[in-house]
This record gives sequence, C-alpha cells and structure tokens, in this order.
Amino acid sequence: MSTVLDPQAVRPEGLNAPENWEGPASDGHVVKAGELDLSHKVILYLDDISVSFDGFKALNKLNLAIDVGELRCIIGPNGAGKTTMMDVITGKTRPDSGKAFFGQTIDLTRMTEPEIAHAGIGRKFQKPTIFEHHTAFENLELAMKMDKRVWKSLFAALSDDEYDRVSSVLKQIRLDHEAERPAGLLSHGQKQWLEIGMLLMQEPRLLLLDEPVAGMTDDETERTAELFVSLAGKHSLVVVEHDMSFVEALGGMVTVLHEGSVLAEGDLATVQNDQRVIEVYLGR
Amino acid sequence: MRTPLTIRFLTSMPRSGWLALAIFALVAWVAVPMAHLMLPESSPFFVSAYTVTLMGKILCYAVVAVAMDLIWGYAGILSLGHGLFFALGGYAFGMYLMRQIGTDGSYGVNLPDFMVFLDWKELPWFWVGSDSFIWALVLVVAVPGLLAFIFGYFAFRSRIKGVYFSIITQALTYAAMLLFFRNETGFGGNNGFTDFKRILGYDITSAEMRLILFGLSAALLMFVLLLGRYLVTSKFGRVLAAIRDAESRVMFIGYQPLWYKLFIWTLSAVLCALAGALYVPQVGIINPSEMSAANSIEIAIWVAVGGRGTLIGPVIGAFIVNLAKSYFTVEFPEYWLFFLGFLFIGVTLFLPDGVVGLWRKLFHKEIGRAEDVSAPTPPPKSSPPPEPAVQSASIDAKGAAA
Repeated sequence: MSTVLDPQAVRPEGLNAPENWEGPASDGHVVKAGELDLSHKVILYLDDISVSFDGFKALNKLNLAIDVGELRCIIGPNGAGKTTMMDVITGKTRPDSGKAFFGQTIDLTRMTEPEIAHAGIGRKFQKPTIFEHHTAFENLELAMKMDKRVWKSLFAALSDDEYDRVSSVLKQIRLDHEAERPAGLLSHGQKQWLEIGMLLMQEPRLLLLDEPVAGMTDDETERTAELFVSLAGKHSLVVVEHDMSFVEALGGMVTVLHEGSVLAEGDLATVQNDQRVIEVYLGR
Repeated sequence: MRTPLTIRFLTSMPRSGWLALAIFALVAWVAVPMAHLMLPESSPFFVSAYTVTLMGKILCYAVVAVAMDLIWGYAGILSLGHGLFFALGGYAFGMYLMRQIGTDGSYGVNLPDFMVFLDWKELPWFWVGSDSFIWALVLVVAVPGLLAFIFGYFAFRSRIKGVYFSIITQALTYAAMLLFFRNETGFGGNNGFTDFKRILGYDITSAEMRLILFGLSAALLMFVLLLGRYLVTSKFGRVLAAIRDAESRVMFIGYQPLWYKLFIWTLSAVLCALAGALYVPQVGIINPSEMSAANSIEIAIWVAVGGRGTLIGPVIGAFIVNLAKSYFTVEFPEYWLFFLGFLFIGVTLFLPDGVVGLWRKLFHKEIGRAEDVSAPTPPPKSSPPPEPAVQSASIDAKGAAA
C-alpha cells in the first residue's frame, strides 16, 4: 500500500531530529513534560510504525506527522488501524517496529501510559468516563494539573487562579450553568464535553479524540466542532471521526487510513476526490 | 485567596452538626457524670455503673464503625479484618494494664500471672518498656498502624480489590487469632489479659475512672467524626470517592490510588486501635476471640445498618445493633445470631442506604425533589460568583449528599 503524500518529503526536519536524539532516549532518560522540544514545529511524529496482532497487521509502516497547533482529522473504514494508532501514541500498545516521537526528544515507545499522559498527551475515549457522583466542577477540579500527591490533597484549597481556570474551562465546554450538578445527571453530549474539559484541565499539548461526536445530537455536534476549532492553535488536536459533516466543519487537514497505513492526506475536498479513497469507501 | 484551614474545618460541617456535637459533649461530659455520681439510685435519672460501662463500650464500637465507614463507604474497600486492629490496640494497652497489676496478682510476683503459670522467669523482649504509659500509647498506634501499612502496601500495589481483599483481610485476622491463642506467643493464650487493677496508679474499678474512660471514649468518637468530616469534604475525600467509582480513570488523570488507599486504610486501622485501647480497660478483658471472623463481620453490619458513606450512620448502626445485642443476649440468648442474620439480610434487601438513608427518604423528600426541579433551569449564577460562595455551596451539596 503506497502513500499519496510521503511525510518524509513534506517534513524532512521531522525525520532528522529524532535520529539525532535517539542516543539520550535509549539511555533511558525520559525528558520531562516541561522540556517538550517543539523547535521544529512538529509535535507528533510516527515513523514506520507496525503493529500486528496474531499475524494481522493492524498498522503497517504507518507514517504521520502532526504540526504544533494543528487540527487533524483521521478517517478510514473500520479496521483501518485508527484506534491502534491512538493506542501506540498513548503507550497502551507497543509497536513491533518503528518510532513514535512527541516533539523532538520524547520517545513514546519507551514510556508508560501515565508518563505519556503526564508529558502532555491527553486522550478522550469513545465512552465518556467521568466521575458520575462528583459535580461537573469537581470533575474538572480533580483533573486539574497540580500536585496530586496525598499530602497536598489533604490540605488543598483552590486558589483564585485555579478557580478561574475551572470556571473558564466550564464556560469553554458550555457547562457553566451545570457546574454544581452531579455529572451522572448530565446529557450524553454534556458528558462528552465534560470529559474534554477534564482533558483540557491537564493542559495537554496534544489532544487525541476518538469519535468525540458519536451519539451526539446535530446541535451538540455543531457546538463540538466550534469548540475544537477554538482549541486549535493553543493545542494540537488529532480527531478520529466517521461523521463527514463534522470533519467538514472542523476544516483541517484530513488523513485517510487504510489497512494500517496512510492512503491519502490533504484537505477534505482533495481526499474525497481521490480515486483510491473512493474505491476504499465504496468499492467494498 | 486561600481559605485558612481552620475556616475550612469549621465550614466542613453544617451548623446543626456542630450543635448536635455540643449537645453530645454536654451529655457525655456533664450530664452522665452528674447523674452517675450525685443522684441517688432510686432516682429515675440515675445512671448505673452497668449503663456507663455499656455506653462506653458502644462508643468504642461506634469509633470502629466510623473508621470502617471511612474505608468502606468512602473508598469502597470492604475490610473484614478490622477486628484485628481493634484487638491489637487492646492488647497493646492491655500489656500496660497487666504490668500495672504489679505484685497484686495471684502469685504475688511482679510478672503477669500467665507467665508465672508458664514458668517464665522474665519478661519476653517485646514486653520491654510495657510498664510505661507513654510507651503503651506508642505501641497502640504503631503496631496496628505498621501492620496495616505493610499489609495495605502489598495488597493495594497488587491491585487486590473487592471480595478478594475482603477475604484476605479475613484470613489475616484469623491467622492472628490462631497466633494469639498459642500460650508461647506471650499474650496469655486463650485467656488473654484480665484482672486489671490500675491505670497510672489509680483504681480501675472506681466510679471516677469509669467516667473518665467513658468521657475519653466520647471524646475519641467526636474527634473521629470531625476528622472524618474534614477528610470526606476535602479534596482528598473527592479523590478517594473517585477512586471508589472509577479507579483506572483516576490513574489516568495522574493520581496514584495506591497512596490514597494506603493513607485512609492505615488511618482507619489506627482509629480502630485507639478504640480498642479504650475498650479493654472498660470491659476488663481482652482475648483472641476479639479477632474472630464473626467480630469483624459484625463491624460491617453496624455500618450497613446505619448507612454507608454517611459518617453518622455507622454511629447509629453501632448503637442499634449493640443495644439490641445486649437485650437479646439476656432475654433470648439462643436467638441473637438469627436476629443478627435477619437484620443484615433485611437491611441489604430493603435499606441499601441504612437507617440514615431511610430517614432521608421519609423526611427530606421535598428538598430532594425541589433540587431536581430547579437543576435543569439555569440557576442565576451566570456571572461568576465570588469564590467562597461557590466553595461552600459545593461543600453544602456534598454535605447534603453525604
């Protein structure tokens, strides 16, 4: 399976830097969250990633590069490897071969899930997993990036700044009127937003969102698109989605995955007119 | 501005709670002592020695119930081994009480009777220092605390949860019971410790000592309730409840559940031990049967009857079950266990939130409904309210839910 756009050709600097830095990373030095190196404007770089489960190649020499502040959509038929790709980035699945770098220096294939989350990659799963007995406000408070050791939690009180941050995220996810409601009583769409809000509280540099509008009403889908567009720039977003009108509303670059590798890349109109994409979607 | 700790502590409980606590303190520290010492026995308000001791004993049980609730109701970890920590606290203080007997024992030797009986010539090494009151207090806290910490560390690190954890704690207390039954262990075998004479040189059977122990039990219960209240309304409490509801999610947002569980687990064990240390001088005996499986299970029943996750519920549950127990075991001794069994089944089936849950259902229905109706309509809070208002609002909401 060939690729339409070779990421190496598009972003040559993205390839060279990890090569240079492999030394320190392989010595077991994990660069801390504050030391994310974005000097080459690439926040995520996947190089020739392959993953197979019992002989089935879920990912087959996948190459992908995400720019800082970019809003990227990943589409593809079922079994194209979208979720496996997310698993590799978040450390849930180890690739059989290939490299995955966060910024220039952070080697994701050598880190555990919590380390990756702490380094600044936030992931939203398909099913919202919020704390149903806590209020929306408390959900965000718990997720806030702060000292999370026992002793600090025993005596923790929100500072004005922290309070304002929770409030502003509540506003961003349109839950400022629901702050004191138990999260379990929110609508499905509101729960999804709350989960996104919890991700935002952790101040991630890169957000991975797996089918964020599944099960949402049209109105909620529209509002979610507005939210994502407003987040791009400050954060980098990777959105996996089936809903084409949502992808269109996001308006960013689209990557089409098929059988574990990149089939096409470009804006939505370009990939939709690509003959191979049409074959993959319609010809089966 | 950060709210000072004292203010947050004071606001962690509604005013009615503080009032109830003050009334309780007045009864335990003033009314009961006066009724016991000053009134003639013919007076209808006279409080007998039996009643003082019984109430003191139940207050200790109530402390255990609250400690159990902290770990079961708020962290979702059901321990069936809390009787062990209670007994260890009792044994640690019992060692001191045994040494206070001095040469007044049956053999007239400055060595606990059971050691003389075993033909031991001197105290074993772990009895060194047991004649010191301070050292006894250190042991009361340190031994159960350390055991709970080590046991908890390995159990929680291995992510042992739910019924498996319950079974292991049950096995732990059973193993300890077998160990303490052995004479060679050095804790009096199946007879345990008894025949206490003095605390700090004062007669243990005097009315004053009885009232002091009763008053201390009441003080410990109040302390445990306040501490529990602070913990469950703090951020620590919210993290703990989150671990109970969705542990993997808590890990994913960067908390280490291990240390949170370990903290509340160890604290709970130490509180049990303190209750045990106050219990033993009041009932005058400690033996390995305190570590039996049934005792630990009964603690869980107190909490279930009163209402899990409510703090005050376990206190009520401990009183209901133990008052019923002292009635039944006198009137119908052979039916007590049946009654206990039916009580547990009944509560599980019909009162999942215990007596406190029933109370809320009956008397606070209107409030709950009013909240439900008002919630969907946007409350007039569109302009951000000042911080303290919302802080306390969230605490109040918690309080209502708790």
